Amino acid sequence: MHASLAVILFQGGQAAPAAEGAAHFEPFYPWLIVLLPLLGFVINGVLALRHAVASADAVRAGGELDLDEGGRPSTHTLPSLVGPGVLLLAFAITLVNFSRMLGAHLEAPEVIRYWTWMATGTFSVDVALQLDQLSMIMMMIVTGVGFLIHVFSVGYMKDDPGYPRYFAYLNLFIFFMLVLVMGANYPLMFVGWEGVGLCSYLLIGFWFSDREKSDAGKKAFIVNRIGDLGFLVAMFYLYTTFGTLDFEPIFANAEAALIYGGGLVTAITLFFFLGAAGKSAQMPLYVWLPDAMAGPTPVSALIHAATMVTAGVYLVARSSVLFALSPIASATVAGVGVFTALFAATIALKQNDIKKVLAYSTVSQLGYMFVGVGVGAYSAGIFHLMTHAFFKALLFLGAGAVIHSMHVAYHSTHSHEDAQDMRNMGGLRKHMPITCATMWIATLAIAGIWPLAGFFSKDEIIWQVAAFGGAASAPYPALYTVFWLIALAAAMLTAFYMTRMMVMTFHGENRSGAEEEKALHEAPAVMWAPLAVLAVLSVVGGWLNVSEHLRETLLGLGPLTSGWLHEWLHPITQQAQHIQEVNLGVLAESAPMFGGGEVVWAVLSGLAAAAVVAASFRFVGAQKHVPAAQDVEPTGFAKVLYNKWYVDELYDRIIVQPILTMSRFCWKVIDAGIIDGIANGVGWTARGLGWAVSFLQTGTLNTYAFILTVGVLVILGVSIL
Amino acid sequence: MITEALVLSAFLFVLGTFGVLVRRNAIIMFLCIELQLNAVNLSFVAFSRIHGMDGQIFVFFVMTVAAAEAAVGLAIIISIFRHYETVNVNNFKLLRW
Amino acid sequence: MITVLFYVFAAIAVGGALGVVMSKSPVGSLLSMVATLGSMAAIFVLLEAHFLAAIQIIVYAGAIMVLFLFVIMLLNLGHDYQKDLKGGVFALASFATVGAMAGLLSIQLRGAGLAEDGPGGAAIDAAMAEHGVVGAIAEPLYTTYVVPFEITGILLLVAIVGALALAKKNPA
Repeated sequence: MHASLAVILFQGGQAAPAAEGAAHFEPFYPWLIVLLPLLGFVINGVLALRHAVASADAVRAGGELDLDEGGRPSTHTLPSLVGPGVLLLAFAITLVNFSRMLGAHLEAPEVIRYWTWMATGTFSVDVALQLDQLSMIMMMIVTGVGFLIHVFSVGYMKDDPGYPRYFAYLNLFIFFMLVLVMGANYPLMFVGWEGVGLCSYLLIGFWFSDREKSDAGKKAFIVNRIGDLGFLVAMFYLYTTFGTLDFEPIFANAEAALIYGGGLVTAITLFFFLGAAGKSAQMPLYVWLPDAMAGPTPVSALIHAATMVTAGVYLVARSSVLFALSPIASATVAGVGVFTALFAATIALKQNDIKKVLAYSTVSQLGYMFVGVGVGAYSAGIFHLMTHAFFKALLFLGAGAVIHSMHVAYHSTHSHEDAQDMRNMGGLRKHMPITCATMWIATLAIAGIWPLAGFFSKDEIIWQVAAFGGAASAPYPALYTVFWLIALAAAMLTAFYMTRMMVMTFHGENRSGAEEEKALHEAPAVMWAPLAVLAVLSVVGGWLNVSEHLRETLLGLGPLTSGWLHEWLHPITQQAQHIQEVNLGVLAESAPMFGGGEVVWAVLSGLAAAAVVAASFRFVGAQKHVPAAQDVEPTGFAKVLYNKWYVDELYDRIIVQPILTMSRFCWKVIDAGIIDGIANGVGWTARGLGWAVSFLQTGTLNTYAFILTVGVLVILGVSIL
Repeated sequence: MITEALVLSAFLFVLGTFGVLVRRNAIIMFLCIELQLNAVNLSFVAFSRIHGMDGQIFVFFVMTVAAAEAAVGLAIIISIFRHYETVNVNNFKLLRW
Repeated sequence: MITVLFYVFAAIAVGGALGVVMSKSPVGSLLSMVATLGSMAAIFVLLEAHFLAAIQIIVYAGAIMVLFLFVIMLLNLGHDYQKDLKGGVFALASFATVGAMAGLLSIQLRGAGLAEDGPGGAAIDAAMAEHGVVGAIAEPLYTTYVVPFEITGILLLVAIVGALALAKKNPA
């Protein structure tokens, strides 16, 4: 027992033996990375409970529940240190592991088994962490961006009475997310999957005393669960096919056990995609993400931009071998992704709430990521995941800073206007210069302007769609051409609505009101420092994976960093790429229908994006904007976009209401009527029977004598006859 | 003759049972019970012709016990009568529902 | 001869029993009972149970019936000659029940196939010849059955005490 504990602590568990000839990768306390956030959760949780108990005691002692109290040092110092602190430590340890992995040129994943979680019959699942290139990238994103968001939250949630509870939940979320990306088998990943769903519910409904907000939390969790069914069914299929649920054996045997394009692998991957669609908000399960904006803005930044919603993309990338074996599923992934990208972009054009715009933008960008992994460009999808984490987190945090400022302004004048409505903003550039500058960087990145991060990642994906469609034996070439065109259109729309958002918020005249304008000011340092870091990352992040073609024509910056991510993820994706090459042949070099290589289209799309940004800047800037209170409802097609294509209403009509009706039926008729009726009926019958039989108790001697005689008769009869 | 005696015994017993069931006077009910006992005595004696002296010994005991039982039973009826002023069993309804 | 006598006394017994059951007045029932008991004693004699016949007359007809009569007189019953038989459905049901009982018993008897005189009878006759009529009963009573005999004595004592206690008037 002690020996194995020592092995776990000092050697990181039982590591898999190193491959012959490869430099050995010695993991550096990987379990600590996972457990530090959990420790943070426990500490903050205890603080939160004590705080709650103290408040309850105060109320019981006759005081009122002071919901506005906040900023008490006693409840703030420890969570402020512990919350971001554990993340910083985890990030540091991750970096150590990363540097070790860089030096070791890992060929095969490093799986560290800790103990056996369940073992029944032939089914056995271990608690095991898998350290390979893909999980390392995800870990760095999660801990790094997570740390920045924690620091931001210290400033943003300063006045909230639920401060320790907030950090407890946030740390718990990081813990589950790390379990998700570091798990070495599907069940452990599913634990993380469900856990982040739970934390998402807890954090979205953080201000649960507001009915709408807690409903939003419920909606997120329920829609997620629909997707989780898909994940579970896929796991069941995998188990019956492979007899195990660990990644290594499954991917090693996948080509042998599954037929290319066969029904089984298509079923598995489609079910996995259902789960991914639920978690990553794709059609038709995206409806929870816009409602999730009811939670605090840093939560939206962390969960709904950088980490949780990318879990679906991670799942597809991790199961790349399976998806490569099924062209139908890959086409579905790409198709759903690109359609969602366009759909969400159209809705974002007409939204007025700044967070809603960003929410639909997230849905749209996730669609891009799925397009990437759907056409087999797994490294491109992960690349976009990484850059998106940077600039979307930056956008959300910036929006948080803006909202925070607007709240303070409205609070000072006791106004009840909506602090998140862009129609009430405007001209904030003067008051919040740092926020404005960093958010512009993020906007240009997401619009795909060279040389920012988004240009390279988005461009890579769009090009891969075209290349896939033109491959030697591509399954559905015309379809992929259509995807390519839709992706281009969505990119243009993205540029447009993001610029619109920036113009309405930061430029033009201020519409908040004269009094409020005086109270507007820049966010405190603890809030704009993470913004600055993320802005830097948004700028340089793209240089990690400049495509080879671009590098050749010096559009990239230096041979050292070009294609780095692609090379780095090569051991992960090589099997899938091999399957693809074998079955589909070489990918195209020139775009379908229009001709021109990758370089040409990269230049064209970059110029087009820049043009759209400039045009929309001019256009939206010239429009007359009015504050929300005086604005009128849009009409016509704009009304449809404004109302999100009435999807929520549609779901309500065809799914929610029938379920409610059926539930009401089950409740009133079956449960209260039939079942309770039966239970009561038994009681009534017993009473009735008792009442009827009680008439035997006549009290007269003759009756008893008679019955006695009848009994004797019966005995006589039985013995004689 | 033994068979005839047994038939007679059965008949008397049945008559006694009928009397117990249909009479309302407590004392007469009791009397019919005594009739039943007598019928049983007769069958014992008849069987003693087949199986030996033990039958008659048993009749001896039955008579003794019947006497004791009659005494006690009548004493109970007297004490009931003191309470109810009647020995009509239809009126003794304390055990009624 | 004996058979004829037997049937005569049997008829008297049945008639007495019917009288017990059907009679309107309690005293009438009682007198019919005495008749039945008397004929039963005669039948005992015919069955060679002389001692029991004597006991029957002395104890049963003489003491117990008298006791019944005492109680009837004490409670002053018998003045209202009303029919106190339960009528109606109950009587019918009772009649059916006892009829069924009679039928069952007769089936049993018919199938029993009893011998007229078994070894027991011979033993009794031998005992009676040796010890006399009373000795024939006394001998097993005081040897084999002495314990039940003594217990019966205690039973009688208890019955006396109980009857006295129950019948006593409470001091008002």
